[in-house]
Amino acid sequence: MSAHAAKRGHGGHGDPNKLGHGHGDVPSSEAGPADKRIVVAYGFWIFLLSDFIMFAGFFAAYAVLVGETAGGPRPSELFDLTLVAWETAFLLLSSFACGMAGIAAFARNKFWFQVAMSATALLGTAFLALELYEFTHLIKEGAGPSRSAFLSAFFALVGCHGIHVTLGLLWLSTMQAQVWAKGFRDDILRRIACWSLFWHALDIIWVALFTTVYLFGMRQ
Amino acid sequence: MSTLRTVETDAISPFFGKLSWDSIPFENPLPLVAFGAAGLLIAAVLWWTWKEGHFPYLWREWITSVDHKRIGVMYCILAAVMLLRGFSDALLMRSQQAIAMGNPGYLPPDHYDQVFTAHGVLMIFFVAMPFMVGLMNFAVPLQLGVRDVAFPTLNSVSFWLTAVGALLVNISLVIGEFAKTGWVVYPPLSELRFSPGVGVDYYIWALQIAGVGTLLSGVNLVTTILKMRAPGMGYTRMPMFCWTSLATNLLIVAAFPILTATLAMLTLDRYLDFHFFTNELGGNQMMFVNLIWAWGHPEVYILVLPAFGIFSEVVSTFSGKPLFGYRSMIAATMAICLLSFMVWLHHFFTMGAGADVNGFFGISTMIIAVPTGVKVFNWIFTMYGGRIRYTSMMLWSVGFIVTFVIGGMTGVLLAIPPADFVLHNSLFLVAHFHNIVIPAVLFGAFAGLTYWWPKAFGFVLDEKWGKRSFWFWITGFYVAFMPLYVLGLMGMTRRLGHYDVPEWQPWLIAASAGALLITCGIACQIIMIVVSIRNREALADVSGDPWDGRTLEWITTSPPPVFNFAVLPDVRGEEAYWGLKSTAREKKRLSDRPEYVDVEMPKNSPTGVVSAFFATVLGFALIWHIWWMVILGFLGAWATFVVFSWRDETEYDIHAADVAEADDERRRAKAKLLDVPHDGPNGTEGAPA
Amino acid sequence: MSDSRIDEQRTGNDKAPGEEDEGESIGSSVRGYCYGLGLAAFLTVASFWALGTDLIYGPGIPVALIALAVAQMGVHLVFFLHVTSGPDNTNNVMALAFGVLIVALVLVGSLWIMNHLHHNLMPMSAMADMQR
Repeated sequence: MSAHAAKRGHGGHGDPNKLGHGHGDVPSSEAGPADKRIVVAYGFWIFLLSDFIMFAGFFAAYAVLVGETAGGPRPSELFDLTLVAWETAFLLLSSFACGMAGIAAFARNKFWFQVAMSATALLGTAFLALELYEFTHLIKEGAGPSRSAFLSAFFALVGCHGIHVTLGLLWLSTMQAQVWAKGFRDDILRRIACWSLFWHALDIIWVALFTTVYLFGMRQ
Repeated sequence: MSTLRTVETDAISPFFGKLSWDSIPFENPLPLVAFGAAGLLIAAVLWWTWKEGHFPYLWREWITSVDHKRIGVMYCILAAVMLLRGFSDALLMRSQQAIAMGNPGYLPPDHYDQVFTAHGVLMIFFVAMPFMVGLMNFAVPLQLGVRDVAFPTLNSVSFWLTAVGALLVNISLVIGEFAKTGWVVYPPLSELRFSPGVGVDYYIWALQIAGVGTLLSGVNLVTTILKMRAPGMGYTRMPMFCWTSLATNLLIVAAFPILTATLAMLTLDRYLDFHFFTNELGGNQMMFVNLIWAWGHPEVYILVLPAFGIFSEVVSTFSGKPLFGYRSMIAATMAICLLSFMVWLHHFFTMGAGADVNGFFGISTMIIAVPTGVKVFNWIFTMYGGRIRYTSMMLWSVGFIVTFVIGGMTGVLLAIPPADFVLHNSLFLVAHFHNIVIPAVLFGAFAGLTYWWPKAFGFVLDEKWGKRSFWFWITGFYVAFMPLYVLGLMGMTRRLGHYDVPEWQPWLIAASAGALLITCGIACQIIMIVVSIRNREALADVSGDPWDGRTLEWITTSPPPVFNFAVLPDVRGEEAYWGLKSTAREKKRLSDRPEYVDVEMPKNSPTGVVSAFFATVLGFALIWHIWWMVILGFLGAWATFVVFSWRDETEYDIHAADVAEADDERRRAKAKLLDVPHDGPNGTEGAPA
Repeated sequence: MSDSRIDEQRTGNDKAPGEEDEGESIGSSVRGYCYGLGLAAFLTVASFWALGTDLIYGPGIPVALIALAVAQMGVHLVFFLHVTSGPDNTNNVMALAFGVLIVALVLVGSLWIMNHLHHNLMPMSAMADMQR
């Protein structure tokens, strides 16, 4: 027990005023402030839910506007399912790689952590590259966001997801840099946990996205 | 129609964007004079601060503070200052409407439209929200028996981003213009084609930036309430204010993303030629209306729920009784939280959704009145049989109960779609929502400020001037807004700059008289604060518990030390502090002196104010299309974030000895209050009187 | 603010979102992710297949796609985010349920409302034509 911990003191059942406690199981709701690891991850979880709700706004707008092609190209005329299949594969594999990175962090293994993170980054970048290609191709064909309300909603929804992936990749590289510079410090581990929640959530949103936009779109 | 001309691009310079000397409204004396006066006042205050050498203290102790108590105070200061600005907009409108019968009045329509838009935006986003968020920030950690919120630095960022939003709205007064669309900026009027100026852009960026702050604050408080409470404080032992804060912040987390998304779509339309809501190429304007109110209705419950919590605390404290029906209050609060997401269409009954949709939302709107009614009855039953002390706070509460119920009833009336078809967008509606917001949110804020003022500053506010301000406010409210109900039933619509129906004028003149009475009320409040600060020695709160309180914040000194509690209290029973006090009085002794340990506190940080600086740069640049400045602002914000995340030293220790000293002082004060002996570090001092 | 005593028994009652059981070995953790990857891949392929197949009743295809999407999201939640139904995960599940509820209200509510408006009102394009 370090001197630091000694000064902190230990309490068995949180009774500093010695009021006398019944012994037995203390439910977690009465156990006092939770550990920082839990607090930080839970806070980020709540933020992620708010992000889901923001996407719901864009999904709702897309669903309403998908028919408004203003005489322009329709979804089935524009979407390339092979491209989407590759994008889906890359993102799903990147989620797997992210999971491996999480295991490596838990095992405090720097080498495998950096390998897994790099794999995640590569796959995520491949996803973005395909998406960028798709967007530029559409714009060149005159099917940019200004062409119709449907295309505005499409570019906004898919683009919003793409921006989130970009931010996730920036965050990923920051985490790699921090682990390289400072190792698996407590606060860095907490941030890695939050980042991996974020990365998995992006794949969940992609599932909803490719289903309702691309797969449904092929029937419109 | 001249507004249908194609938009000509204003001369855009690569360095200044759309900004030019024409952006300053030299031809309009009113905003320039107002801004000049405010500017002089601000300059005078800053000069005095600098002369007295207060800047280092302000920077160290307030601007970079991550202490929830300081941040709460700053939110309330922001709200109070913005109340003055928003209220002056109200005076402009009242005076204009009082005289503009058959003549154009003194405010050209261009201005009048900006005035009513700014009035709504300021009052909702920069008065009501900061008051409520500020009071929640201040009181919730203290009531939960913990040292701070879950994410203190994030808390500071949230406050400063909110301040940036307020700053941008105020800058629009003198550089450019504000939106002329009403506070919910419906398209197509808010689209580039019909609002080519910068007004709507000011609105968009002010709200997006402040909205980020609010969302983060919501995440912060939800996490705090759910994951950080004193040992023993299970969910059903939390004070009522914490329950309503939980519901409020859940609503913030759920609703604000919808606002972000909707404003983002409008932004894309205006900046990048998207077609979400435009007239041509398939845009759907009702989609905007639908989404903005899916946010907008929860927003008003975000405003009102904390106020309900404040009243629960105040009514039970000054009735000397525990809150009646605690569990039914919890159920009612969470029911309101859920139902508030199922009523939003009542804001646009008249827009053609049809009878079955209107019927569903009309019924759900009436249902949501029921839990609110439960709360009102519980407050009344709390008072019944209690020993009531009619302090100014209790006056605000009783005034709220009576007035809010009237407003609620007009709400249920409006919830009936056929009735709403007659009254939608009339002054009846305007009267209804002011009849809800003012008694609930403003009176709640005033009661809460008075209630927690001594805890924050160490002295109570002057009761005499407080009561005077109450009487002016409540009389003024009735005189100002009851005529509006009549006018609504007579057919007068909202947002009219001038009119030619002579029958309306007497009522509008009466309404202006009401506004003047409210002005007297505000004057009394200013006097109250000045007088109280002057007399703060005489008004000092020595015991930390000036109201014979029931919740944990009153166990601390006034003001509390930075760490709030020397040791986290061990909570038994619903009213943690009342239980401890009763035990102490009964046993004629304080609880045992605890074991003191070192306390770790988060370090202050300039992250908040620096990111706010870059947010201001970014917002201003986006509004004026100054692209190089956009990049700079964005990079600056990013750099701030990276620097923050690279910190090594984030906390500092307070030694056990210092903690013990602070706590001994606290125990001495409490012993004196409760008339029991104090057992200090050297044994028992003082015998019972 | 960490004078909260880190009590193993206490925090055993509550898990951070995304946190796996502490007792898991590396091997079993990796296996869990592999199962998740396999299942998710299978379901993804299934949805691409379901789109074009004649084996499913035509108008029922959207339902099948949605069911497969929900299943994929479930696989992510269970295998990648370790969301379980145990008492130590209650807070996380409740929060998720709240989020899902709001998403459902916003989506269903908006679609219902906009659909009715669409049915009742003149389309914007026709209205614009009237102005010419």
